[in-house]
Amino acid sequence: MKRAQQDYDDIPGTFVFDAERSRRGYGINMFCMSLMKDENRKAFKANEAEYLKKFPLTPDQRDAILQRQYNRMLELGGNIYFTAKLGATDGHSFQHMAAVMTGATQEDYAKMMLAGGRSVEGNRSKSGADKSIKAKSKARKKSGSKRG
Amino acid sequence: MARIIAGVASSHVPAIGAAVDNGKTGEPYWKRVFSGFDKSKEWMAKAKPDVVIGVYNDHASAFSVELIPTFALGCAAEFPPADEGWGPRPVPVVKGHPELASHIAQSVILDEFDLTIVNKMEVDHGLTVPMNLIFGSPKEWPCPVIPLAVNVVMYPPPTGHRCFMLGRAIRKAVESYPEDLRVVIMGTGGMSHQISGPRAGLINSKFDKAFLDNLTKNPKKLARMPHVEYMREAGAEGIEMVMWHVMRGALDDKVNEVYRFYTVPASNTAVGHIILENKSRAGAGKHKRAAQR
Repeated sequence: MKRAQQDYDDIPGTFVFDAERSRRGYGINMFCMSLMKDENRKAFKANEAEYLKKFPLTPDQRDAILQRQYNRMLELGGNIYFTAKLGATDGHSFQHMAAVMTGATQEDYAKMMLAGGRSVEGNRSKSGADKSIKAKSKARKKSGSKRG
Repeated sequence: MARIIAGVASSHVPAIGAAVDNGKTGEPYWKRVFSGFDKSKEWMAKAKPDVVIGVYNDHASAFSVELIPTFALGCAAEFPPADEGWGPRPVPVVKGHPELASHIAQSVILDEFDLTIVNKMEVDHGLTVPMNLIFGSPKEWPCPVIPLAVNVVMYPPPTGHRCFMLGRAIRKAVESYPEDLRVVIMGTGGMSHQISGPRAGLINSKFDKAFLDNLTKNPKKLARMPHVEYMREAGAEGIEMVMWHVMRGALDDKVNEVYRFYTVPASNTAVGHIILENKSRAGAGKHKRAAQR
């Protein structure tokens, strides 16, 4: 069954972990959750493909995990709080994972955050459907911003 | 009769907890964040609530994807810190208030909020980081804390309006509790941040500041903001801010904004914090002006 279109699918660079992704990604997230236990982390590291057989995963999901394709995991139903446990198992900081997902080096990602983060300008909408929101926020500004 | 005297909201960034646990709060990067909570600690020490209701979300610690309750009220006597992959945070066990919690459960369920009751639960940084920010790092937390876990991990979380109305119902429940207790309600999470996908790192200070303004002045209108607007404007994980509406709904329509703090970034997140006092709260105004920013 094809994924039904949702209003938030228009947000660029974003995979919303909704009820449908939660259903599809149950195996990914339960696998990641298992990594909370040290013995499981060791078993996974010893033989990744073998360990993954314990979880209901599609071939796509399994490959995404083995190849550490973090965005693909999100697309296939993984949730970031869960996939972060895989990153931690690999010994990576969260910032490293964030950089990987954005296609930046960790250094550049860290610099961007220190400089105030990624701007929302140009990052609201794939289709331009946010125009009305922008107009609204302009109107809000005109009515006087009260406090800094 | 018990009363809600004030509401506090704060971000709950895990890296803030790590900074506390690893003694890094004095480093320039973290000092910028922590110094914004000095006044809050002073305020809290003076407010001396008998109980805090802590509205927060679990991050794949106590709840995995096996069980996803929309609203789960902690009715246990205590809530140990969860192991989030690096061992449990070295913070005191959170002591609950089972009598008030079960009273709230009874009252709000009859008010048509179908809560999940939790009698055994570990709590993660979502609850304990804001507690560090407002209480510091004492050997024991100064008062009982009733955790109210809200699902904001799987979409859809409850709507802002639903959260606001639950706040209302909680207030009614508190006010029908016979013992004289002074209660502070705390909303946590946010502010703008996205930590997932190619758009990770998104911060929107304009949105955040307008949210803080409206939380004080136009809370009912703010609570009607659709989910897609949070995600578009404040990042996919910025939707955590719906939890602040539970806090706001439990307060008077008109409140005194006692204090506010905002800084960017803490790790991947914008940090926001606000303290709102009920105007009806008698004798609480002494330190109010001093704390105004």
